[in-house]
Formats: sequence, structure tokens, C-alpha cells
Amino acid sequence: MELSGAQIIMQFLEDEGVEFIFGYPGGAVLHIYDEIYRRDKIKHILVRHEQGATHMADGYARATGKPGVVLVTSGPGATNAVTGIATAHMDSIPMVVLTGQVPTPAIGSDAFQEVDCIGITRPCVKHNFLVKDVHDLASTLKKAFYVASSGRPGPVVVDIPKDVTLPDVKIPYEYPANITMRSYNPVSRGHTGQMKKALDLILSAKRPMVYTGGGVILDGASEELREFTRILGFPITNTLMGLGAYPGTDEQFVGMLGMHGTYEANMAMHNCDVLIGIGARFDDRVVGDVKQFCPGAKIVHIDIDPSSISKTVKVDVPIVGPVKSVLRDMIAMLKETNSRPDADSLAAWWRQVREWQSIDCLHYEWSDERIKPQYVVQKLYEATGGDAFVTSDVGQHQMWAAQFYPFDKPNRWINSGGLGTMGFGLPAAMGVQFAFPEAQVACVTGEGSIVMCIQELSTAKQYNLPIKVINLNNGYLGMVRQWQEFIYEKRESHSYLDSLPDFAKLAESFGHVGMRIDKPSDVDSALKEAFAMKDRLVFMDFVTDPSENVFPMMMAGKGQTDMLLPAFCKERELA
Amino acid sequence: MRHIIALLLENEPGALSRVAGLFSARGYNIESLSVAPTEDPSVSRMTITTTGSEAILEQITKQLNKLVDVVKLLELTEGAHVERAMMLIKVRATGAGREEIKRLSDIFRGRIVDVTNSTYIIEVTGTDDKLDAFITAIDRKLIMEVVRSGAIGVGRGEKALRV
Repeated sequence: MELSGAQIIMQFLEDEGVEFIFGYPGGAVLHIYDEIYRRDKIKHILVRHEQGATHMADGYARATGKPGVVLVTSGPGATNAVTGIATAHMDSIPMVVLTGQVPTPAIGSDAFQEVDCIGITRPCVKHNFLVKDVHDLASTLKKAFYVASSGRPGPVVVDIPKDVTLPDVKIPYEYPANITMRSYNPVSRGHTGQMKKALDLILSAKRPMVYTGGGVILDGASEELREFTRILGFPITNTLMGLGAYPGTDEQFVGMLGMHGTYEANMAMHNCDVLIGIGARFDDRVVGDVKQFCPGAKIVHIDIDPSSISKTVKVDVPIVGPVKSVLRDMIAMLKETNSRPDADSLAAWWRQVREWQSIDCLHYEWSDERIKPQYVVQKLYEATGGDAFVTSDVGQHQMWAAQFYPFDKPNRWINSGGLGTMGFGLPAAMGVQFAFPEAQVACVTGEGSIVMCIQELSTAKQYNLPIKVINLNNGYLGMVRQWQEFIYEKRESHSYLDSLPDFAKLAESFGHVGMRIDKPSDVDSALKEAFAMKDRLVFMDFVTDPSENVFPMMMAGKGQTDMLLPAFCKERELA
Repeated sequence: MRHIIALLLENEPGALSRVAGLFSARGYNIESLSVAPTEDPSVSRMTITTTGSEAILEQITKQLNKLVDVVKLLELTEGAHVERAMMLIKVRATGAGREEIKRLSDIFRGRIVDVTNSTYIIEVTGTDDKLDAFITAIDRKLIMEVVRSGAIGVGRGEKALRV
């Protein structure tokens, strides 16, 4: 088969099984778009801004586990995509981003719409490629998909100069089904000796704690994690990225940990004697002050990425390998041995954990006058039967969604945990809805974040995506205001968003349904009404209490037990 | 602690910038870096001298290994190795000083590779310590220009760093 560069790209993507391309045309990619016009196997989604394209592909990838694909033009097309690429990179999301580039002879001449895309994206990709010869195109694309989706996943950029896609230069094409790269060989199994060592330590534990992150979800190891944790009967906490890997409504689950994690999760972390970290990276929002972290614990760390191990916190038993395979092996070892952790010690430990739980750290005061944002999330949980895909933006609403919507399944909670990208939620929800047209998809957002990618409401109309936008509108950059309240003596420097639009009307102008809800008594009925509209995007603008803060709050750079609690719990903690 | 790391890199455009970028992005020290093709045209060999604690060195080697273009990596300072750097040093050489500098160069097994009425260029090879020592031995006022290559090194014995 003789194909042009543009044809090779499209044929390859079809052969690779790609369903969607999220993209935006421009000069450098016009040969490719001409080829898209002639084909109909892959659905091209026309976004309104390249950042939207990357977040959609990212949301699609997080929900399905398959790499998301983006196509943008050179120059501003590429730079607009950078935020989305960095977002995916920080959370290890598989993504392949094809960027147009000026023709090879023009590279370096400051040509129209030229940027050094490889240079700009280098620090925020897993890897990137510049294709200078059409003969390298198919194999490079295969490498891009392989690198993006294997090992610790991540975004890969392929920069394609316009002359590489010329319609009249045709070369033989064959789909490269397999590719080997001598310099890239992700580990496929854990080291048996290390796993045995870890098991000995785990079985000797008196106050054990399981702490798992996004890696469990990325490797599809949720089932294994459940089995492993249930056999041992240990308390378990998930990071913000790991929610849903273990059922949020299960008895053994003690909530999220970290800066806005539960009191019991952070206390149990601090006081445990054996910590089992799985697919988590001991990030600063979890650890706080490294010197005060888990002072009495021996630490086991299972991770696919060797550089994650002992990066911030020194661990005692590292196991490098895919968490799914390592957990399977360790479950098998557990089943072979009769030895179990000391039951009395474990029972005593659980009593302690339950005591911590009893302070009810997520308590908030009810109001008849003002809508409490936490209440909206609780009602959202009820309205969706706890089974929705929930995306979020970044800020207070993100934390409330994480705290008040317990996820029982993996891949359901989709948020920008690492980079903390405002504007992520809406396009990510769209990516999810493309993958699962029948599913309930909610985007929990705030009035600050939503406007950062609001233009994608237009794309949502074009493709009839029935997303439900839950806008927790308190008129503030709430998390910024919260920090200013606690740390800057209430000096609210630029955290108030003046001149906000009428969001309901705004949504209507895009062709959607808009609602404004300002009474607590209307929250439930509004949500039910919205979710009953199965074929419409409904934008729900909830006017919420601006004084509400996210608790608990571990102060940045302090120890895990140094938490601010709501007034209600403080009394209980003392008692 | 000073460490020397030897790498085999895919001979791809941009590979050098990935390594350099990694050091700057993560705030690692880089004392010298020397890179050139090898007998195998598909790889370049790079030698990096860096300083840092054991924990930092561990992260540096892990992060380097994570780069897709890095084929193999060896920390030379972990074992017995041979290490060399080259220096070209241009010095003012007039009057009685000419003879003195020549003697000093001989002591360091240097070679004078360029001579004018008033200057020498001396080539010295050896470990970085030796090159430092030579610079210290020469009267500062006489030094006109110093060019150093950065260290390169090979592990001793049977083992070889190759693809």
C-alpha cells in the first residue's frame, strides 16, 4: 500500500484502534485534515481551544485507560496544548499529541506559526519525537503509543513538519504491529525476594496502614487491591488520585489522606508501624513535612517507576514493578502462608482508628438560608446513585467532591491532582461522555475554574453531550480565600470574582439548559430534574455559602497531625 | 561527594538537551559534561561530573535512566576506573619565566603545543585534580586562557559499558 504522510497518520491511527481525535485545524496540519475529511472511521471532535482538546483526550484516557489522541497545528496550536500536556504528565495519563510543524526547510527560520515544540514540551512529556522523514512516520507513531501507554504512562508529543505529510509523496506503508526500543524497557514483574521481604514486614505489623494512589487505577489493579486489603483486614486510605481504587463506602476505607484528607486517615498514617504505599508517590500534599512523616513506620513501596522510590521519603522495602502483577504475586504468597498479622494488635489498632473516626471530621453546619457546598455534593451522590463519572476543576469544590462523593469504582473520579489545572473539569467530562455516551457524567466546578474553558460548552452542543455541570458558585476563588483567611489575616487579595456572568443565561446562549439555585430546599429537586434530562447538558449554578472552608486542613509544610478542624470537632477531639 | 556518570545515549537530535534539561529542571549540579560519538554511530557517550549526597545521586541515576534516549548508564566512581580530562592553557612566557614554565609543564607531563615570542599553549591531561593542581602551580598573572574538556572515564577490567 503506497500512502502519503497524511494518509499514513490516519491509516495508522485506524490500525491502532483509535476511536476519537480531539483537534483543531490550522495551516501546518491541513494535509492531515484533508485526509480526515475523506475518512469516517475515527471520529474527529472539533474543539474550541487546544487546551480543551488535551483535557478531553485526558478525560477520555482516565475513564477508559486507553491513550487519548490530540491533533493541533504548529505555533499557538502547540503552545495552547501545553497546559493540557503538563496536566496529563503530572498525573501519568497516556496521551498522544500530534502537533503540526512548519516544513523542515523552514525549521529554525522563525517562520509563521513556528515554535520549538519539542523544546517547549520536553519537560512536560514522557517523551517527544520530531519526524523529519516520512519513512520514519509509522514507526515513530507506534513508538509514541507504546511509550505513552506502557510502564508509568504519560503524554507523548509527535511533532510533524508539514512537508512530511505532503499528499503527492507516497511510500509503502505497513502497520508496525510490534516495536522494540532498546533504550526503553519498563519492568514487567516485581522482584520475588523484595516481595517476600515486604510480606514478612506486613505480617509482623501491629499498626498497619495501606496507602494507595493513582498508580493502582492506571494499572487496572483495583480488584487485586481489594483482595489484598481484605485478606489482611488493614485500614486503607487513597490519595486524591487514587479514589475509587478501593470502594469509598467500604468499612476498611478511612477516607482520603493528605492536606484535606480525613482526620482518621492522617492520624492512622502518622501512628502506623508498617506503611504499605502502592502506586503512590509520597507527594508533598500527602506528606507535609518529610521529617515528621510516619515517624514510627517501616515503609514498603510498590511502584512501576524506580525514580518514585525514595524520591521524597526514604523507604525500607522498595518493590519496582507494575502494581497489578506485584499485588497478584503477593496475594498468592499470602494464600500460601498460614501466617497472619497478630489479631489482637490489629483489633486494638482498629479501635484506635474508629475512635479517630468518631470525631466526624467532615462535619459541617447546616443552614436553612445558604446552600452548603458539601450538601450539594451529597445530594449529587444521591441523585446519581453514587455511580456517576465525576470530573472536577481545582479548588475548594474539588476537595468537597473528593470528600463527599465516595467512589466505589475506579476511573470514576477524574481530576487534575498533580498540576492542579483550573479549566480541566468541563472538557474532561466531555472526553468521558464521548467514551461512555450513556453514562451519567457530572462536572463539579466553581465559578473561577469553569470560565477557564467555558468555550467548550459550544463543542458540547455540537456533539450533544448531556453533561451535568454543578457550579458551586460562592463568588470567590474559594481556596485562595481560605488560605488568605488562615495565613494572611483575612487579606482577600484578588480572590473575589467581580462581574461574574449570569451562568444560567450563558449556558442557554450556548444552547443548553441553565438553572440557578439559591435555596437549600431546592437543591435536591433541581438535581433530580437535571439528571432526568438525559439528552441535555444542564448547567446548574448553585449559589453557595462563601464563608465555607474545607476541613480538615493540614497546613502546608507541617506534620500530618497538624490539622485544622471545624470548631465542632475540636471540642470532640479534646474530649 | 563528586560522582562521574557515564551514559550511552541514542544518537538522536535533542538527546543532549533532554539530559541538560533534566539537570536544570530538578536542580542537580553539573560540574562538567562531555559528549561525543563512539565507534557505534547509533550512540553517543556522555560523561557527567556532578556533586551531591548519595540520595541525590540515586535520584540522578534513576531520572537519567528514565529518559527514553538513555540506553545504558554507569556510575564510574562506584568502582575502579580510569579518568581523564584535557586542558589547553595559554600562558604568558617571557624572559626567565619561559624556562620555569617549561620545567613545570614537564613535571606535570604537559606538552607545549604552541610557542610564540611571548606565549606558550600547554596541553595537560589527567584527572581534574591534576589539572587543578597545574593551574595552582602556575603564577595566576601569567594565565591568559584556560580550556578544559570535562572528565571522561572508563571502568577498569573486563566489564564494558556498551550496547
